[in-house]
Amino acid sequence: MISAEKEILPILNQQELYTVEPTHLHVASSDIVETIDVNVFYGDFHALKDVNLAIKKNSVTALIGPSGCGKTTFLRLLNRMNDYIPSHMVRGKVLINGVDIYRDKIEIEQLRKEVGMVFQKPNPFPKSIFENVAYGLRIQGIKDKHLIHERVINAIQQVGLWNEVKDNLRKNALALSGGQQQRVCIARTLAVEPDIILMDEPTSALDPISTSRIEELILQLKQKYTIIIVTHNMQQASRISDTTAFFYLGELIEVGKTTDIFTNPRNERTERYITGRFG
Amino acid sequence: MLILSDKMKKRKIIEFSIEKLLLASSLISILTTGGIIIVLTIEGVAFFKEVSVIDFLTDTEWTPLFTQKHFGILPLLSGTILTSFIAIAVALPIGLSIAVFLSEYSSVRFRELIKPVLELLAAVPTVIYGFFALIVVTPFLQKLIPGMSSFNSLSAGLVMGIMIIPYVSSLSQDALLAVPSSLREASYGMGATRLQTSVKVMIPAASSGIIVSVILAISRAVGETMIVAIAAGQQPRLTLNPLVPVETITAYIVQVSLGDVPHGSLEYRTIFAAGITLFVFTLILNNISYWFKRKYQEKYE
Ligand SMILES: Nc1ncnc2c1ncn2[C@@H]1O[C@H](COP(=O)(O)OP(=O)(O)OP(=O)(O)O)[C@@H](O)[C@H]1O
Ligand SMILES: [Mg+2]
Repeated sequence: MISAEKEILPILNQQELYTVEPTHLHVASSDIVETIDVNVFYGDFHALKDVNLAIKKNSVTALIGPSGCGKTTFLRLLNRMNDYIPSHMVRGKVLINGVDIYRDKIEIEQLRKEVGMVFQKPNPFPKSIFENVAYGLRIQGIKDKHLIHERVINAIQQVGLWNEVKDNLRKNALALSGGQQQRVCIARTLAVEPDIILMDEPTSALDPISTSRIEELILQLKQKYTIIIVTHNMQQASRISDTTAFFYLGELIEVGKTTDIFTNPRNERTERYITGRFG
Repeated sequence: MLILSDKMKKRKIIEFSIEKLLLASSLISILTTGGIIIVLTIEGVAFFKEVSVIDFLTDTEWTPLFTQKHFGILPLLSGTILTSFIAIAVALPIGLSIAVFLSEYSSVRFRELIKPVLELLAAVPTVIYGFFALIVVTPFLQKLIPGMSSFNSLSAGLVMGIMIIPYVSSLSQDALLAVPSSLREASYGMGATRLQTSVKVMIPAASSGIIVSVILAISRAVGETMIVAIAAGQQPRLTLNPLVPVETITAYIVQVSLGDVPHGSLEYRTIFAAGITLFVFTLILNNISYWFKRKYQEKYE
């Protein structure tokens, strides 16, 4: 582990940090992600409204809610993936490890190494399995062949793909099945050893067996990583997550322990949604 | 009822004639192509009855208009290859950079704005490029490179390279934009910069389209006539020296077509021999591009 490299917080920002109001200092708390009064706009469209959400280290958080309610928008807020959309605008604070990623001077590339992302549709590069997983290391400029080899193999083992691909790591990743491709994509993210992994409906394009494999994997990954996952599948949310957050029309309606949300929701709209009685 | 059927009759006649008209126009283009091939073959066969194919392919001199006649195509071929090579050496890096910039860096607005400007490069009459090479580029280069002839393949190639930039940039840009943006996102999501994303993901993923664009640009350069006829000289010479006059296949064809060689003579038939060579050359380029496409698709599917 290269902990110096992994530090999001550039020295020059620490000073700024102490000038922030004390309530917003969360370096010592176990909240690895915290959003404070976050509003997101696409042009005139108000996509997220005053979202306040704190996420604990080494937990799995499920984001649920009907289509178009802002789950993806929230997820992509956390690694600034929406920066490329010209009309996208953020107000409020998004703290990751205590750093305001929209206001403090941060390196966006560094942020994304710490906040990895797995997409809905498996999107391996048209390269070999090995090169896919090594990609993040190569772009960091790591040249050490042994280190790359070790990390790649380690990542492939972590996603439980080793026995399936060990004999043809040089095979094109696009030749794998959808479920295997998605696990390559997860391995690719793990290889750079992020703190947080964002997953946007990672199993919605997969068959049930691949899905349960990835669910098991998520439960294992929890030991080392903080995982935030968008899902439309209520069973999936209850199986794998510790915390569930319900979004509706851009608002965070309710957030709490998954068991509570599913057995005893406080908000009526949450209840209607999880019981499938939503219009 | 009577009026209606009259109308319908009229419409049927119109439709019938339009259909025949369309058929006729497509026939014309097919007949023209067929005609060209037939004429090339007939005159070519006549030529190769008098000159052996071996001489044609191995003789290092091309002097059909002199008393001491030689019919080696190599000097013309080398002139064509040399000027085209210089042109593509200019157009590939510049055209690809433009394509990457427009697809990966610039805003959609700027992309739309710059497109017609770039395409203008290919729309300038080539005779203007020719004179530009002859009276601007060559004198300028002569200051830098003493001993350079007034006619040379370097300035002709450079200027031709500028002309074919849009061929490379526009098709390469299309190829880059056709790469699924999920790959771009995956790369950015790993913490890659724009440059890393372009070089390590986008260009490799678009390589088949980029190669095809380059081959198309080469075909264009090989067939280009005016620029080389004006600026590269009219002296067939087997050389790779870019500073001396050379003659390309196309320039030779112009030279003889404009001259006063008698119809049906051997000198006249050299045009067709040169034409066949050009035709075969372009055909080979097309096949290479086809082969690359196939190879790429096998690799990535
Ligand atoms: N690039 C964009 N420009 C404008 N509006 C957008 C853009 N992206 C998303 N939106 C809008 O923002 C809202 C939230 O979208 P988002 O993708 O976050 O929803 P979601 O909860 O992920 O939905 P789904 O479950 O269907 O994936 C939607 O109404 C959508 O139309
Ligand atoms: Mg979504």
